[in-house]
Amino acid sequence: MEILHEGKGELIGWHDPDENREYVLKNKSRELKDKTMTAKEVVTKFVKDGDFIASGGFGHIRVSMNIIYEIIRQKKRNLIMAGKTAVHDLDLLVGTGCVNKVEVAYSFGHELRGLSPASRRMVESGRCKVSGEISNSGYQWRFLAGMMGLPFIPSRNLLGTDTGKYSSCKVVKDPFSGKPINLIPAVYPDVAFIHVHRCDIYGNCQIDGILVEDFELARCARKLIITTEEIIDNDEIRREPWRTTIPFYVVDAVVEQPFGSHPCEMHGMYFFDEEHIAEWLDISRTDEGVQKYAEKYIDSVNEFDDYLELCGGIKKLNFLKRREALRAPLITPWRK
Amino acid sequence: MSNNETKKYNMREFLAFTGASVLEDGKCVFVGTGLPMIAGILAQKTHAPHLLIIFEAGGVGPILTELPISVGQELTFHKGITATSMHDVMSSCQAGFVDYGFLGGAQMDMYGNINTTCIGDHDHPKARLPGSGGANDIASFAHKTILIIGGQSKRTFVSKVDFLTTPGYLDGPGAREKAGLPQGTGPYRVITQLAIFGFDDKTKRLKLISIHPGVTLEEVKDNCSFDIIIPEKYGISAEPTDKDLDILRTQIDPTGMMIGK
Repeated sequence: MEILHEGKGELIGWHDPDENREYVLKNKSRELKDKTMTAKEVVTKFVKDGDFIASGGFGHIRVSMNIIYEIIRQKKRNLIMAGKTAVHDLDLLVGTGCVNKVEVAYSFGHELRGLSPASRRMVESGRCKVSGEISNSGYQWRFLAGMMGLPFIPSRNLLGTDTGKYSSCKVVKDPFSGKPINLIPAVYPDVAFIHVHRCDIYGNCQIDGILVEDFELARCARKLIITTEEIIDNDEIRREPWRTTIPFYVVDAVVEQPFGSHPCEMHGMYFFDEEHIAEWLDISRTDEGVQKYAEKYIDSVNEFDDYLELCGGIKKLNFLKRREALRAPLITPWRK
Repeated sequence: MSNNETKKYNMREFLAFTGASVLEDGKCVFVGTGLPMIAGILAQKTHAPHLLIIFEAGGVGPILTELPISVGQELTFHKGITATSMHDVMSSCQAGFVDYGFLGGAQMDMYGNINTTCIGDHDHPKARLPGSGGANDIASFAHKTILIIGGQSKRTFVSKVDFLTTPGYLDGPGAREKAGLPQGTGPYRVITQLAIFGFDDKTKRLKLISIHPGVTLEEVKDNCSFDIIIPEKYGISAEPTDKDLDILRTQIDPTGMMIGK
């Protein structure tokens, strides 16, 4: 195939498909075994300095925030993160100095709530690097190529733009149509964290609502950590197997953590904690503010349940449940 | 609308109304965060009850009871047709199922190319912005792309975007097809606080369709760093009715988080 253009973005997380098959053969167990662990154990065991990490969910939706906070608590460094629409998680990890390189589809913003003071400051001051640009479906299809065990997947986006030029894609002449076509490289994150509604001790997972990119991300990640609102019996999984969107053999660990996505949303269960997000957006305007936040909510507590208590405890969590069911009014404290 | 006459609506309400008016019933629109979402919901609650709204994270055909903050939250598939995945909806978009893509932007040039990535040099940005998100995808795949740029000025309507995040007509006629983008796609309408624009068939350059009530042609030209094609005849944009405003204020955005109070 004739190569027409090559993106100048750094190729992150790509492996030769045969190399990855070898990795899967040696490291991904097909044995049905209990994989439950604590957040502390998981981060200690699976997250290494310099790893390339990816979060499940989307933006402030269904994110393993319990793992994000644990990564900050353990002061992991030089992490690279998939900015696959990564918002609050990425903002915290960049702001606290854990992540210093991002491949950006959508990052450094909080959608309607405004831009991210902390991570933008880190990028604009050169303390966090952008390895390359891509789009949301571009990232999604990096995961798709990875899960399919292919080196790349063709697509018709990113063409003709600087987003394409700053990506790690290549444009070739399609041997079938003769037209230029974009080739998106596969990606295999070192570690991915996906928060789900329920799973069994082996890691068979059910997700209510949109899957976003998690079907593919779960299957391409080299190490996959599942965090879950609750652990259910394997019989329940087997009663409705069509609801299993992530099967146990791609899962490396299971962490049970109710409200584990807070302050992000969990579809059908609890809403965004807008007060907490607003507090972060306000306090993270300075490096000192980021420090203060980390001391208060991360370093001074041992585990996620203590953090939830600090955020308002059962009263706040019950409000977030009513809000998700549209039985409590929307509050938007970040509005200027 | 810089005249002193007291208007019964604010600029964001007007933009939402104007955005809604471009959408047709029985079609499919892929909406981004913010004003595009409000415009889609308003269209659905007025002249286009069968408008199919799709969100990039996988929500399809919701009955929107309130304005989502995020394009992924539960409301984006509330009482919807399906709650699926990004791969599914983006593939449908690439395969041609989506009539309109509806986006916002920070900077635009005369070919409708948009920048939402950075101001200044990419590697040492003066200001870092969020990047493409789904915008590059939507503007590549949707048959027609609509843009809302709330603050038209010399700084936002620029002769060259600092970073070409999302494709308009690139550098002119035939450029999209030459780059390999799907045939017949591209920007269709641009809505600002001053006017509604389309694109000239031959040159693919921005062309005035109508100016908003109370706005002068000079204001439209002065708030732009390139030459806009001004046809001999252009219209005056329609204004929202009391009913439109009531729906926006009481049903869609009662807290005023997007349209203001």
